[in-house]
Amino acid sequence: MKILVVDDETDIKDLFLQKFRKEVRSGTMEFNFATSGEEALDLLKGYDPESVLILSDINMPGMTGIELLRKIRGKHPVAPPQVMMITAYGDEANRKAATSLGADDFLTKPLDFNELKTKLLK
Amino acid sequence: MLNFFICFFALSIIRKNLDTSPYFRNNLDVLRILHLIVVPCVMAFDVILGDSMKLVAETGWFIILSYILYVLYQQKEHILSGSLLKAGLPYYASYVLLFLIKYALPSLYKTTESYLDLLNIITLVWLFAFGISAKNQLNTLKREKEQKEKVIHENEALEHLVRERTNEILQQKNQLEETVEELKQTQNQLIQQEKLASLGELTAGIAHEIQNPLNFVNNFSEVSTELLEELKEELSTGHLSENSSGILEDLVQNLQKISYHGKRASGIVKNMLEHSRASTGERQQVDINTLAEEYIKLSFHGLRAKDKSFNSDFKVWAAPALPTVEAIPQDLGRVLLNLCNNAFYAVSRKAAENIPGYKPLVTIAMENLPAEEAVKITVSDNGGGIPKELKNKIFQPFFTTKPTGQGTGLGLSLSYDIITKGHGGELTVESVEGESTVFSIVLPVR
Repeated sequence: MKILVVDDETDIKDLFLQKFRKEVRSGTMEFNFATSGEEALDLLKGYDPESVLILSDINMPGMTGIELLRKIRGKHPVAPPQVMMITAYGDEANRKAATSLGADDFLTKPLDFNELKTKLLK
Repeated sequence: MLNFFICFFALSIIRKNLDTSPYFRNNLDVLRILHLIVVPCVMAFDVILGDSMKLVAETGWFIILSYILYVLYQQKEHILSGSLLKAGLPYYASYVLLFLIKYALPSLYKTTESYLDLLNIITLVWLFAFGISAKNQLNTLKREKEQKEKVIHENEALEHLVRERTNEILQQKNQLEETVEELKQTQNQLIQQEKLASLGELTAGIAHEIQNPLNFVNNFSEVSTELLEELKEELSTGHLSENSSGILEDLVQNLQKISYHGKRASGIVKNMLEHSRASTGERQQVDINTLAEEYIKLSFHGLRAKDKSFNSDFKVWAAPALPTVEAIPQDLGRVLLNLCNNAFYAVSRKAAENIPGYKPLVTIAMENLPAEEAVKITVSDNGGGIPKELKNKIFQPFFTTKPTGQGTGLGLSLSYDIITKGHGGELTVESVEGESTVFSIVLPVR
């Protein structure tokens, strides 16, 4: 499974690769990273939407996660690709906006990697 | 009969116009008694007793006339008594002469009677002429007195008015002073409020900015524990693979990241404390590159937290080898926060117009000016710009284009004071209406 993680924090890459090192090593998961919505859209052009799961932060300078979701759902009104949004704790407004735009699932910051892992393996 | 009228009128004039208090004897008004009792009695004597008692009556008149002249003489300083004296003296003299000749030298009296009578008539005429002039004088005096009183009265009224006006003016002055004092207090309160307001805007940004590094600290320490467990397992089996050295490398990196993000969080906390603390006015060596990046992020996240629909891209152009600046960091931070907030506000307003292809962007850029031993900071935005007619007003206190309640109008005026008065620098603005605004700060290095 290809997973595209979108977050403006660059250290998120090392964190994911270490947290999912077994899955990466075994080849069950393949991670790609984008530090902005624009970069994410560029990367998505080369992917087969069927096999991609997008995990995006909402709070990013420039294009936000919400806008990214809107753009993705503009092309693919329903999953695939699956889109999971990462929201700040208690940010109901963005959660509602993302739901109405067709987000498939939510994760709350700080990320619970065990929860994420179970969700990804489903 | 004649003497009666002369005495009666003379006394009435004296009692009306002169000071009679020295002639009180045992609470008795001597002049009054003379005027209303003695004179009429002598008159009665004169009339009833006729020629037989002529000497007594004429002696009585002589005494009364003498007394009147004595009173007048005593008060000769008074202008009226002076003229009465002048009028009466000749008559008195002729009366005394007549009296003496009549009773002491009756033979001479017979031969000179007609001359003496003539003299008597002349002095009488003199008396009446001067009496009338004295009366006129009296009237003039009265008028003058009245006028004087009128003037005094008017003066008093005027003085009263002046006092009233003075009081009014004093009251107004006091009120104005109070108002000025109140205004000063309000101004101080507003400055505090402005500080608190910008702190409030900061809090949300700070929460977000702190949360991210803390998450990294937690996550990297967790994952490091996992890595160590894995390493321990490999150690217990006894064969170390390539994987083990990879884990070790990761661990080193992770600890570095933990330390980096920990410092990042504590830097933000320190910043917040510095911002909220009342400025100590203490100058420190400040790294402008770092300060600018911190505050544009705080501003961005603060506005994001307040308004979910707000969004903008922002860029920080740090200058390499930028000298540190001797400055008060919390004051400088307030200025940067304020300029960034304004810039983000401008782009969000323009973004709300839904212009196709518009990408909101705020840039903070540093530049070294070695020739001037100064550092330049520019905060630029591609928002709506500032209309020409408002450009001169934006640094004025209480000027704001924001809706009531959203801006204090003090941000830029305080910023201006902090840069110019507090740091000896310059704060200028350039703007193209509808396109962009650039605020430039030039700070001397020391």
